[in-house]
Amino acid sequence: MEDIKKRIRITKFLDYIFAIVGLLSTLVGLVLLFTLFIDLFIDGAPRLSYKFMASFPSRFPEEAGILSAWVGTFLVMLVTAFAAIPLGIAAGIYLEEYAKKNWLTNIIEINISNLAGVPSIVYGLLALGLFVYFFKFGESILTGGLTLALLILPMVIIATREAIRAIPNSIREASYALGATKWQTVQWHIIPYSTGGILTGIIIGLSRAIGETAPIITVGALTFIAFLPSSPITSEFPFMSFKWLSDPFTVMPIQMFNWVSRPQAGFHVNAAAAGIILLLMTLLMNGFAIYIRYKFRKRIKW
Amino acid sequence: MAIFDEELMRLKEMILKMGAMVESSIKDSVKALVERNDGMAKTVIEKDHQINALDVQIDEECIRLIALMQPKAGDLRFITTAMKITTDLERMGDMAVNIAGRALELNKEPILKPYIDIPHMSQISQGMTRDALDALVNRDKKLAMDVIMRDDEVDDLKYGIFEELISYMVRDPNTVSRAMKISFVAQYLERIADHATNIAEMVIYLVEGKIIRHMALPEE
Amino acid sequence: MSNNLKSESRKLNFFYGNVHALKNVSMPIELNKVTALIGPSGCGKTTYLRCFNRMHDLYPHNRYEGEIILYPDNINIISSGIDPIEVRMRISMVFQKPNPFPKSIYENVAYGLRVRGVNNRKILAEKVEKSLRGAALWDEIKDRLDKPAFDLSGGQQQRLCIARALATDPEILLFDEPTSALDPIATSKIEELIIELKKKVTILIVTHNMQQAARISDWTGFMMLGELIEFDRTDKIFTAPSEKLTEDYITGRFG
Repeated sequence: MEDIKKRIRITKFLDYIFAIVGLLSTLVGLVLLFTLFIDLFIDGAPRLSYKFMASFPSRFPEEAGILSAWVGTFLVMLVTAFAAIPLGIAAGIYLEEYAKKNWLTNIIEINISNLAGVPSIVYGLLALGLFVYFFKFGESILTGGLTLALLILPMVIIATREAIRAIPNSIREASYALGATKWQTVQWHIIPYSTGGILTGIIIGLSRAIGETAPIITVGALTFIAFLPSSPITSEFPFMSFKWLSDPFTVMPIQMFNWVSRPQAGFHVNAAAAGIILLLMTLLMNGFAIYIRYKFRKRIKW
Repeated sequence: MAIFDEELMRLKEMILKMGAMVESSIKDSVKALVERNDGMAKTVIEKDHQINALDVQIDEECIRLIALMQPKAGDLRFITTAMKITTDLERMGDMAVNIAGRALELNKEPILKPYIDIPHMSQISQGMTRDALDALVNRDKKLAMDVIMRDDEVDDLKYGIFEELISYMVRDPNTVSRAMKISFVAQYLERIADHATNIAEMVIYLVEGKIIRHMALPEE
Repeated sequence: MSNNLKSESRKLNFFYGNVHALKNVSMPIELNKVTALIGPSGCGKTTYLRCFNRMHDLYPHNRYEGEIILYPDNINIISSGIDPIEVRMRISMVFQKPNPFPKSIYENVAYGLRVRGVNNRKILAEKVEKSLRGAALWDEIKDRLDKPAFDLSGGQQQRLCIARALATDPEILLFDEPTSALDPIATSKIEELIIELKKKVTILIVTHNMQQAARISDWTGFMMLGELIEFDRTDKIFTAPSEKLTEDYITGRFG
């Protein structure tokens, strides 16, 4: 009995040690992150204001704003979303539900996973050759959006596939056993039940795209523009215009990079302020993703 | 489950039917003797095969129920009891046939003496049979115990008849043949009462879950 | 039984790729009766069952040989000329583990009808009620039809799956070990339900619990290693089987 007691004491002690080590490791990461945020905040807070959000860049740090940058980011994200989401979901559904499982689909699956890890600048080079020169879309919002769409497409496809794989096969069998066709099963079961996972994947993809700089620069985003792309909404019929797709543009990360490279300290403050905005946008998107996942998980518990 | 309850109900009805047939065989066989009615005796003998057929049918049904329904506890005791009871009932039917046989023989000879105790024994035995089966179907322990008590009365009646008949035989050797046959009838009736007692003891097993056969009756 | 058949298999063979899973199984299914299949694990009884609603067609490398005839049409439902979906519209299945959809109770039962294009709210509501009554579930849930099906207990979920399968008025109802995941009381309710249902639907049930087969079926088939060893009236199988293998299995000597 004494042996057992001693053994238990030792194991409990090891438990305790491990808990401490784990806690410290977590704290290191958190503390570093926190320090970064505080630092950024201290640097950039003075410049945060409505004026900052609504002004164009300027030679004078105090006058400079991120209007063109965040409008550019917003419009580029729009194109990215419109391109990547339908394509990614459709590809994911096809690969999971329709394609026969053979060597070819195995190769495709491996390649999609690899594509998710390809450095983003490579996408930039690809897009330069394909969109800018071959399709002649030029150095425009359309090109920028499509480039990022290519970048996050693997993520959307993988997220879709994972969400679909989480659906137990018993549900599919139940649907087919009632006489449903494949499309009926996809429409009434597969898509509704995987929506949570798909949305999460999309938002995470978008929040990654929002911060990409290298591919955007490669396809020719400007670093200093003092004008906005044409408005998508016009005052005459048909109240919608697509001219903005072919306009030059810039995005937030590029604007930040540009400011940080200038010698004047004032621009560094601007960069920090823009960084805070970008960080907030990312956190908001991720928070939204988590919220959606929570809501959907409450409804569907396998 | 509902379907099992229906089958148990059917089984009970079959047992009661067999009991009724046995009861009427006993009554008719003694009647054939007392009223010197050969036709009635012959009917009792013919009808016995129906009683035997029911015995087989009930046994088969019990086996079927055990195989298919996996009865437990009270249901299991009921079904196994039913199988044993039909054996007793079938033997009672055979006793009635034996009485009818003796009746046919005795009816050929002049009557020895008026039958008083024999019908009395018959009545008690019939009552015991009926009550034992009622006790089975209603799981009535009190009634079963009451049946067991009456067995002594039947035994006493039998010995009384024996003594009386012995006195006849001693006085007049010509009466020996008839007296012996009458004593057989008394014996058969006493056996019938014994079988009814067996049935009653098995009813008590059914109700209590304890086998009390071959034991002295507890003081109640 | 010959003029009262709902279906029969004739020399049915089935292959999972190269594995010969069913060997020349010929078996009749009587109309409006319960036919049970028993046998040790891996004997092919579930494989046999799933031939009836062409579930094997959902997966690659599966192959049927032989025939399963459906009466009174006299068609072979496993021929390649017959669309599996048509077969599944006439033959429904209840699975081993209750698998209701993560939708409301109402939508679960209505699904089979929607798949057939029935959209009229009144018709749907009527059929949903009729099916839930048929599955002995209506009284328990009639005032919470729009609540999630997952809120129900295991036994209720399985009865919901039965209601869902009944909603499309199937000619044959297939049960794949329907109570193996349920507690004894839920099991008993479903067994009583099956005995009641057989008055309207022909039932084929696979069970690894032979006492269950003894309790509720009219005909029993004993299978082993893909072959049908014996097929006869249930009371005969359980009191005096003809084959020694059957006797050994039933008395628990193996399997």
